[in-house]
Amino acid sequence: MLSCQELTELVTAYLEGRLGLLDRLRFRMHIGMCQHCRTYLREQKLVIAAVGHLPAEPIPDGVRDELLDRFRDWKGEDPKP
Amino acid sequence: MIPDQVLVARLRAGDEAAFTWLLDRYHGPLMRLARTFVASAAVAEEVVQETWLGLLKGLDGFEQRATLKTWLFRVLVNRAKTRGVREARSVPWSALGPEDEGEPAVDPTRFNARGRWTSPPQPWEDDTPEALLLRRETRAQLEAAIEALPPRQRTVLVLRDIEGVAPDEVCGMLGLSDANQRVLLHRARAALQRALERHRAEEDERC
Ligand SMILES: [Zn+2]
Repeated sequence: MLSCQELTELVTAYLEGRLGLLDRLRFRMHIGMCQHCRTYLREQKLVIAAVGHLPAEPIPDGVRDELLDRFRDWKGEDPKP
Repeated sequence: MIPDQVLVARLRAGDEAAFTWLLDRYHGPLMRLARTFVASAAVAEEVVQETWLGLLKGLDGFEQRATLKTWLFRVLVNRAKTRGVREARSVPWSALGPEDEGEPAVDPTRFNARGRWTSPPQPWEDDTPEALLLRRETRAQLEAAIEALPPRQRTVLVLRDIEGVAPDEVCGMLGLSDANQRVLLHRARAALQRALERHRAEEDERC
């Protein structure tokens, strides 16, 4: 049987769908029986989801204006039909 | 969300609104990715500028085998790697470093000799990502923990978990094996979970 400590090292392979059939089964069985590891897995998923919700910094207006100028130059150099 | 095909056609025709849309959407993510390669914000800004100019240069030849987003990230990674070398801050991608392999996901003292929890994780009160991030402190902790990651782990985490780039794309961009990509992601995610757990424990103590 998989120990809790071993399970914490297999979490990523499990979530990535990269465990073999047997390990996947052992992982699921352990999760089914062990409340602590269920909590660990739930919190790992929560961390991943939270990271995915972190907003990026907005582009500074000055940078946007400058890049738009470059876009106009690029268009000007190479007129499109 | 504008489909790539439409966007590329509009950009080629010189549509400024389309370019503005792209800048607003991807400048921030590109900056965040650039910062994982180069230390200084000014250099990161330059690398991102070069990426945008690279987009304009390559637009006519863009074949849409990849998405525009992946293509932008790939251009950025190539430029950033070169700059990283010049800054003497580049890390080799072909092999993992000791900082990526050494640490276990969870402090071993939290298990008994048979590997069972003796100090198990405590359920968190906020159990949706939105609720978790609503707390300003939690968000700051998470940002700080990401910044504190070893460079390779940070790059992989940003690409996979923040930008949602597929694992095979990440391997291709970074020249990583599938197994090493997973090791880096595993270490990074575990480190963030440790940081948040620590933070929650401190908060509980204060209550
Ligand atoms: Zn367990």
